[in-house]
Amino acid sequence: MDLSHFLRFIAQRLIKAVSVVIGVIILAFFLVRLAPGDPALVIAGQSGAADAQFLDQLRQQFGLDKSMPEQLFIYLKGIAQFDLGYSHRVQRTVASLIGERLPATILLTGAAFLFAVSVGVTLGVLAARRVGTWADSLITVVALTCYATPLFWVGLIFILIFSIQLGWLPALGMFTIGADLSGPAFALDVGRHLILPALTLGLFFMALYARLTRASMLEVATQDFVRTARAKGLREGPIVRRHVLRNALLPVIGFAGVQAGTLVGGSVLVETVFSWPGVGRLAFEALLARDYNLLLGVFITTSAMAVVINLITDVVYALVDPRIEVGA
Amino acid sequence: MKGFWRRFSRNTGAVIGLAVFVVVLILALFGPWIAPGNPWDMAGAPVSPPLSDPHLLGTDMLGRDVFSTIVHGARVSLVIGAVSTAAALLLGVTIGAVAGYSGGIIDDILMRFTEFFQAIPSFVLALLIVAIFQPSVASIVTAVAIVSWPPVARVVRGEFLSLRSREFVQAAVVLGKSTPAIVFREILPNALSPIVVLASFMVATAILLEAALSFLGLGDPNVMSWGFMIGSGRSTIRLAWWTSVFPGIALFLTVLALNLIGEGLSDALNPRLHDRGES
Repeated sequence: MDLSHFLRFIAQRLIKAVSVVIGVIILAFFLVRLAPGDPALVIAGQSGAADAQFLDQLRQQFGLDKSMPEQLFIYLKGIAQFDLGYSHRVQRTVASLIGERLPATILLTGAAFLFAVSVGVTLGVLAARRVGTWADSLITVVALTCYATPLFWVGLIFILIFSIQLGWLPALGMFTIGADLSGPAFALDVGRHLILPALTLGLFFMALYARLTRASMLEVATQDFVRTARAKGLREGPIVRRHVLRNALLPVIGFAGVQAGTLVGGSVLVETVFSWPGVGRLAFEALLARDYNLLLGVFITTSAMAVVINLITDVVYALVDPRIEVGA
Repeated sequence: MKGFWRRFSRNTGAVIGLAVFVVVLILALFGPWIAPGNPWDMAGAPVSPPLSDPHLLGTDMLGRDVFSTIVHGARVSLVIGAVSTAAALLLGVTIGAVAGYSGGIIDDILMRFTEFFQAIPSFVLALLIVAIFQPSVASIVTAVAIVSWPPVARVVRGEFLSLRSREFVQAAVVLGKSTPAIVFREILPNALSPIVVLASFMVATAILLEAALSFLGLGDPNVMSWGFMIGSGRSTIRLAWWTSVFPGIALFLTVLALNLIGEGLSDALNPRLHDRGES
């Protein structure tokens, strides 16, 4: 793919990404207005601070005395300036609350994703190479099991086994409170706290990628160019690595993008279980306090995250696969 | 039908799944007789460990019998799983059928709409919907249905696109049959098997979603559910692991059973297609 084509492809994907985010904001806007009662009351929620002055302030902020399209415009304009509103409960802007928690969530989802892809693809390749043997059956059973396990429950089981029973890994939080570590010692501490949550979040996707890689490997292996490679006298190792795997990975990459939303959504549960100080945990706190302004902010932010991940996988896909149709 | 059952029963996993599912179904149907009394009530000393007579699976911090909560939770899980899947199917089949049958710009718009719902974190959307409309069985069913219809729409659209150009459909068009007659008598019956397979996986996902919502405290406060029990036992897991572990096993077995049934249905309904076509 030459450069101008590639740039056009990127531009198209960017437009699509921006329109999804705008759609999410519109959806959030209408959800609050669909709720029974005064939107100002809904947003103020049960945060316990629904005094008349605060409600008036909310009505003004959301322009509730104006017409619907005008209100929507005000809302969109605010978000374009990264103004996600104000959380009355903690007396801070929603944007600053989310900004503070975002790095932890990116670290967690990134680690979970890396684990899921590397282990999932490896298991899928192993199963496909030994198709029909006990190893293949075992991997299939493991994948099916991970597929059906509720991840918030697995998190609890991990805490029970690895933290409470064996005492190997810390159960809660992101770093040891009060230890006041810095540099490599701090990184190591965070790493130890990261293992269980990342494993929990990644398990379902690992199963997904293992099944997908296996199916895709088996399909590619029957194609003509693989037979040609074999006829040329290449050894099995290079055939699997260079011919089969490289092509079999394409649907896995494509699927990773589609699943981005599920990964980010799953982090809400995992962060709640492990008290991981990320955006998902923030959503849970907002939920407990019925802090809808904050909850809407989390919805918009996590959607934007999913869209960005989707965009990245689209670009990676295009770079890896020269056959992709630009404009599709 | 006989051929279908033969193909289905060749898949051992699917038969095991069906057996487990029947057990859950019996719990759901006859719950009040199997475990009489209100599952919310204190039934014995708090934090009794499992196997302590008469609490087979122990009691929680408030003395609720864990076995009884599992029995009563089965009903909620299955009802929400079934009703929300039915609603999602209605939505997804309609949108997919209209898109696939009309083609052109209508197809374009509907598919953009579908893609939109697939691109956003569905769990966070479900959370938001239930939180804003207050937790109840109705709001949970609505939320689950709203986030689970897109795969149905995509599959149905694909089936309609390919079936529309087939000869028997063309023949019906030439014979002057009305559009509803063509859609409901000719195309839909032929598109049914992938929908059935998808539906069994969707019930599983819906049950997981409901459990996750109740776990976060967004369950219907009037009904006992597995997710609620797992969540309520979370803070006392050091003291009473059984409160969270057993309802989780019930949830896991039910979801696994439905997934196995789905695989079996897929094998039995599309003998040539083993791939699930996940998207």
